[in-house]
Amino acid sequence: MTEPIIDVAGLSRDFTVRAPAGRLRRTSRTVHAVHDLTFSVPEGAAVGYIGANGAGKSTTIKMLTGILVPTAGTARTCGKEPHRQRRELAREIGVVFGQRTQLWWDLPLHESFRALAAIHRLPSDRAARRQAELVDRLDLGEFLDTPVRQLSLGQRIRGEIAAALLHSPRLLVLDEPTIGLDVLSKERLRGFLVEERAAHGTSLLLTTHDMDDVQRLTERILVVDHGQMAFDGTLAGLVDRVGAQRVVVVDLLGGAHGAGAGAEVGGAGGAGQAGGRAAGVPDLHGIPGTELVAVEADGLRQRLAFTPGLTTAAEVIAAVAARATVRDVAIEEPDIEDVVRRLYLSQ
Amino acid sequence: MNPLRTYVVFAALGFRRYSAYRLATAAGAFTNSVFGLLRAPITMAVIGAAGGELAGYGALEGATYAWLTQAVLTPVNVWTWNELALRIRSGDIAVDLARPVDLQMTYLAGDLGRAAFQVLPRGLPPLLVGALVTGLALPTTVLPYVLGLIALALGVCVSFACRWLVNLAAFWLVELRGVLTLHMVAVGALSGLTVPVHWFPDWLARIAAASPFPSMVQAPVDLLAGRVQGIEALGVIGVQVAWFLGVLLLGRVVLARGVRRLVVQGG
Amino acid sequence: MADLAPYRAVLSSRIRSQLAYRRSFALDVAGSAGVGLLEFLSVYVIFTNVTELGGLDFAGVALVFAFANLGFSLADIVVGHVDALPTYLRSGTLDAFLLRPLSVLGQLVTSDVQLRRLGRCAVGVAILAVALPQAGIDWGWGAALLVVAIPLVGAVIFAAVFVAAAAAQFWLVDGAEFTNAFVYGGSNAASYPTSVFTTPLRAAVTFVLPAAFTAYLPTLLLLGEPGPAWTPAWLGWFAPVAAVVAWAVALTGWKAGLRHYTGTGS
Repeated sequence: MTEPIIDVAGLSRDFTVRAPAGRLRRTSRTVHAVHDLTFSVPEGAAVGYIGANGAGKSTTIKMLTGILVPTAGTARTCGKEPHRQRRELAREIGVVFGQRTQLWWDLPLHESFRALAAIHRLPSDRAARRQAELVDRLDLGEFLDTPVRQLSLGQRIRGEIAAALLHSPRLLVLDEPTIGLDVLSKERLRGFLVEERAAHGTSLLLTTHDMDDVQRLTERILVVDHGQMAFDGTLAGLVDRVGAQRVVVVDLLGGAHGAGAGAEVGGAGGAGQAGGRAAGVPDLHGIPGTELVAVEADGLRQRLAFTPGLTTAAEVIAAVAARATVRDVAIEEPDIEDVVRRLYLSQ
Repeated sequence: MNPLRTYVVFAALGFRRYSAYRLATAAGAFTNSVFGLLRAPITMAVIGAAGGELAGYGALEGATYAWLTQAVLTPVNVWTWNELALRIRSGDIAVDLARPVDLQMTYLAGDLGRAAFQVLPRGLPPLLVGALVTGLALPTTVLPYVLGLIALALGVCVSFACRWLVNLAAFWLVELRGVLTLHMVAVGALSGLTVPVHWFPDWLARIAAASPFPSMVQAPVDLLAGRVQGIEALGVIGVQVAWFLGVLLLGRVVLARGVRRLVVQGG
Repeated sequence: MADLAPYRAVLSSRIRSQLAYRRSFALDVAGSAGVGLLEFLSVYVIFTNVTELGGLDFAGVALVFAFANLGFSLADIVVGHVDALPTYLRSGTLDAFLLRPLSVLGQLVTSDVQLRRLGRCAVGVAILAVALPQAGIDWGWGAALLVVAIPLVGAVIFAAVFVAAAAAQFWLVDGAEFTNAFVYGGSNAASYPTSVFTTPLRAAVTFVLPAAFTAYLPTLLLLGEPGPAWTPAWLGWFAPVAAVVAWAVALTGWKAGLRHYTGTGS
């Protein structure tokens, strides 16, 4: 049996925080950023690592990649000890920190690729092919010559991911990669990652705040809270455990199937009022797997809650579209804090 | 609010801004002391090589000169300062100019506040080290110190006026590094920071005398050391005041020009 | 050498981007030359008043000054950029270094190159060109070797001082002010004959911070002069030893600093 790509046992990390207390003295207290984590990820898997801010996600990533030394316990990444075998490990992993850059800030993007190809000692034809592939699939062509500091967030993240994958690592670690991106960019990025994994079998460790990332990209979730493992299983299992629901918000045109010209309701709905539909607005009760939780603006905006795993947002929207003309759709996620809170309440 | 009080507020702000940097101030005082430790023996060796006296400096006076220059160079701020240039470049200067206070005066007040903070923590340590290592030849009466502190304050003012003027180049130049370096080099060369102006050969002494730079460092150092006293000291102070007012006024004229250019061309 | 290729890639980009803006690069070089000339001005003014300092005449002191400045600016061009470490620590760039299969110090050193310091280099070379013929040197292969070797060994020593100062930033907050005392103080001490210092101070700038080995002691060899008490001229032959020791200290400090960083987190 092959070795797991990530193997963590009893991993802990403490920080000493000093704060001034009064004029001259300072108190110091120990913060257990990560406490006694144990989990193992087989090669080829995709794991989502979620938790609230400050839960210890970035600290774990740092220990797995060799940036930080554990206070206790062991971590092995790609079969290596991250801190001691930092350089060998760096050849086999690619890391993207959403809020910090690994690229060369004031140089054009293609220079970063050139430097990384040299750093990883990639033969030039292989590097060129790989770069062309990534540039094509991540749509980097139009800003290859732009200095990294002038790129938009979405462009930069795509560049970072390409840079992290240039040397075809066995493991890709993404720390909050979609933070700050718009919906379209997020979806394109997720699509790329799914394809990449299918094509090359790259393992994925993804920390995120976004349940959509988790659902699209991973098969397994680790939930960490205050440095400790709170859940290790599938998304369906988690949703089952906490009963979290997603909400589809549809803006409709009045009248069944379209004849509702002129019924312009401003996008900003007023306070939700259940019940009270205007004449001609379709009834969205009874769509399988959903629960109608709110009807607003005389029925022109309605909210349907559903449990992921039992049905999908796409199915719900399709079902609504079969009954009415949909003008606009939004999907509200259960947020991470909510999930984690429910997780603790359910224990 | 009476304008004088406004400027006092700005001075207090300048003071407080710098008083927050406690570690950097301590480190800076350490650096000043180390430099004094190096420059004092060099200065004394020169005087020794000249036969024990050079332009009125004996060995102890030479050492005192070296320690005093280290003590005053921080309040006088001979190194680069580019706050104003940055605000001009970013366009934030427009916000500053819209305020109902005189821009140059508020900056001056802030700079004096900064100097007021730095005088003691950056000035005393090198003098203490100097007193212990080489000994200091300082006056025993009060008047030289009073005149010396006035000269120090004026030295700060002259330095400010020059730095202000140099920063105004940002209205016309994109890359200021060259101008700032040139200014720093001129100050370093002509203010008496490393060798006393009194040791300059004639041609260099004439250039220095035609510049505001000796008023920044050599003037306060001479008065604090008691090298120049009485009426002569008042003369030195007079020269400082003249340079201060002259460069200050020039700074106001150039600012107006710069603002007009900004308004006409659009920030 | 294959192993240098990754460092070369970034370095060549930096060089190209610095040379791209011709006019501002020229201004920078001129500015750096100006700073070098300014420092020499002090020496010049001194010698308009006296004929010898610390046992050397104007040509001799000019040699010491020029060798020290040349060594310092050569080191500054290649290694000077390590003083950006505090900025890299704050911005998380150091983490990016740790995630690459390269030595962190190597990446830090090659992350930039200060070509504009060539101005100061040029000033040093110019002073040497003028002072060497006037210094009364007994020319031969030994002297020629010394002239080439002194600034190179001096550069190696100053580079070690830069690295040690950078390593200190792992522990200090706002530490640059503190280490400047040693870096620039060392450069200042190196530019003058250390015979002007009292014995304790001379020992400090010879055996603790090896400033005297960068210029003064080897120059005494070149001039055939004896040295001051406790630091005789023949010590000048040991300048390469001083360089090795300096680097050993600097690298030890650097490794310890990196261990401290990964041990305590940022």
